[in-house]
Amino acid sequence: MPGPSVAAATVGDLIAQRSVAITRDTLVRYAGASGDFNPIHYNDAFAESVGLPGVIAHGMLTMGLGASVVEEWAGPGNVLDYGCRFTRPIPVPALDEVVVDITATIAAVDEDARIVRVDVVVEFAGQKVLGKAQAHVQCS
Amino acid sequence: MPVNPDAVGRSYGPGDTYEVTRAKIREFAEAVDARGRSHFDVDVAREYGYADLVAPTTFAVVIAQRAEFDVIVDPEVGVDFSKVVHAEEKFTHHRPLTAGDEISTVIHIDSIKQRAGISMVSTRAELTDAQGASVATVVSTLAVREDA
Repeated sequence: MPGPSVAAATVGDLIAQRSVAITRDTLVRYAGASGDFNPIHYNDAFAESVGLPGVIAHGMLTMGLGASVVEEWAGPGNVLDYGCRFTRPIPVPALDEVVVDITATIAAVDEDARIVRVDVVVEFAGQKVLGKAQAHVQCS
Repeated sequence: MPVNPDAVGRSYGPGDTYEVTRAKIREFAEAVDARGRSHFDVDVAREYGYADLVAPTTFAVVIAQRAEFDVIVDPEVGVDFSKVVHAEEKFTHHRPLTAGDEISTVIHIDSIKQRAGISMVSTRAELTDAQGASVATVVSTLAVREDA
């Protein structure tokens, strides 16, 4: 499908904002869906044995949540690339939920190629958990 | 045992072909809160011009991580999985993955950088379809702690 209009894209535009609650159920669901069964994402004793404060969310889950808001704006198949660094873990308690806040902003516009760069920020407890999370989107 | 920097340049695969299914796309989309209907409804995906359900942006990790396992378990590379933290990831899509794709993956060890007791191991998974065309490139960097 055609992507969003490049003519309507302006650097600084906020294109998406979403808060997502993460629980242990979220992590188990992501483990099953992705095939990533590293026990640091479901077993507190194991996580502590390797120096973590307890179970942490999959970085790829956080990255995927960020991708979802970009893709919903871009339209399916229009995200050309997407990358990030994992800079801070998100501890997920056994019984409670944590909330991450996601924002996606247009950071650069290439009108000739009709490609925009979208920067994604995912924050937990007021701190960014992904570094340099950037996607390029094919526009129309 | 530390990571062996001489492992740079090794490649693995292709192993078994991975068949992208509707069920897995839906399951993954739910897991990452991807709400686009083209991940769930075949008619919507076809209206958008795709052959079948469209995989979410990071779905290729399902395929790439299976291939990366070959690197992690290779004793000549020397990655201790209990000391691994995921440091970076990047997806480049040459076309969207859709249900019905049969994907072959070759994984390459592109770089191993060692500093301050940590080895940064970067792998690149090249995903190709049944016709041999490139579908996606997935670059993943693992940080491996080298404490004794």
